[in-house]
Amino acid sequence: MNKKVRVQATINGEDVEFLCESRQSLLEVLRETLGLTGAKEGCNNGNCGACNVILDGALVNSCLVLAVEIDGRRVTTIEGIATAQGLHPLQEKFIAHAALQCGFCTPGFIVASKALLDQNPNPSESEIREWLAGNLCRCTGYDRIVRAVMDASQVQEKTL
Amino acid sequence: MQALDYISAGSVGEVVGLLASSNGKARILVGGTDLLVQLREHRRNADLLIDVKNIAELTTIRYDSQVGLWIGAATACFEICHNKTVSEHYPGLVDAIHLIGGVQIQYRASVGGNLCNASPAADSIPALIVHQANCIVASANRTRTVPVEEFCLAPGKNALQPGELLVAVTVPPPRENFGAHYLRFIPRNEMDIAVVGAGASVILDPAKQKILSARVALGAVAATPLFVEEAGTFLSGKEISDERIREAARIAQAAARPISDLRGTAEHRRRLCTVLTRRALEKAIERARNS
Repeated sequence: MNKKVRVQATINGEDVEFLCESRQSLLEVLRETLGLTGAKEGCNNGNCGACNVILDGALVNSCLVLAVEIDGRRVTTIEGIATAQGLHPLQEKFIAHAALQCGFCTPGFIVASKALLDQNPNPSESEIREWLAGNLCRCTGYDRIVRAVMDASQVQEKTL
Repeated sequence: MQALDYISAGSVGEVVGLLASSNGKARILVGGTDLLVQLREHRRNADLLIDVKNIAELTTIRYDSQVGLWIGAATACFEICHNKTVSEHYPGLVDAIHLIGGVQIQYRASVGGNLCNASPAADSIPALIVHQANCIVASANRTRTVPVEEFCLAPGKNALQPGELLVAVTVPPPRENFGAHYLRFIPRNEMDIAVVGAGASVILDPAKQKILSARVALGAVAATPLFVEEAGTFLSGKEISDERIREAARIAQAAARPISDLRGTAEHRRRLCTVLTRRALEKAIERARNS
């Protein structure tokens, strides 16, 4: 049962192949096998959202996905949010609004906000607050985060 | 987490075959939002995880106005809550399923998992009970139907026999002048476990003055989600009145057997039973009147 399984997936647009044990979480493999350490391990039980990734368009906690489950699927991590042209508007607005203090939760918040804007480009404040309820931040009090997401949605609207 | 094997099954037949040959060491994996945490904390064990998310029968939502609703046991909560047919015909179910975790959990967790995990505080179960939902259970030899109110036996323990798989939850078609609602009390606005949850449904007469039948169910006040049949029986055949609704809520409170724990005291829970049952009934009646 300790045998390793081969998994092929597309991560941040690149075809990736890796070996893992069936018991390993996607978070563990991202961080320890693939060297993608942007997703953080906060609680490792689905409460905090620091490990958020987008799996085939769905926002998930990578600590609650087995790495073997992503065979043949597409994953976007925080490392895949910026492009060669520069930072994503969400990243720029998180900086502009100082929507972070210690920064540990920030990758999760940005990935979660990206998943929101992908399906709802112009969310209301209450829609943002409800969507981000599964991401915990112990520093900011959330207000700056919400304002950064609102601001980013407006920037995105203009560029579209 | 302990070492284990993983198989993504392609059919119900394959799953029940694997379950039959696993000596009880196999577990069904859907969203993993309870199971993976329990395995990590050694609260459950498994040698084999059988992923059922790639089986169409388990991830399908079907609706027929004569037959009712079929929710595949592995359908993600997000899919159910964003399904137009479900929101239109069963808003009382969406009330409850929408409350299960934040978006990240909604994308992975399933109603089948919520049932099988058999938490006394599971939000979907009181709502399913008041909708008279049934569990469709398959094994190698047969398929059987279990009413939702009989599915949970104790905290973490359900009615599945070794070798059985929960395939779907079915809900009867909504009757004329039917309305339902579920709500819960939690100390914060989102992402918490119910201190108490209450579901109610009613069917009104054509003039919408009288209750023909009613069902009430409570969560987090007993070892399992609790169907309070006597509260519905009390209301059946009676004209709608505030006093009768309050009496039904008192009956529900009397049926509750809450404990004190970190989420609340038994006394607080008993008071909540009365308030939440009343509110669930009022909203169910309002929905039935507007139906």
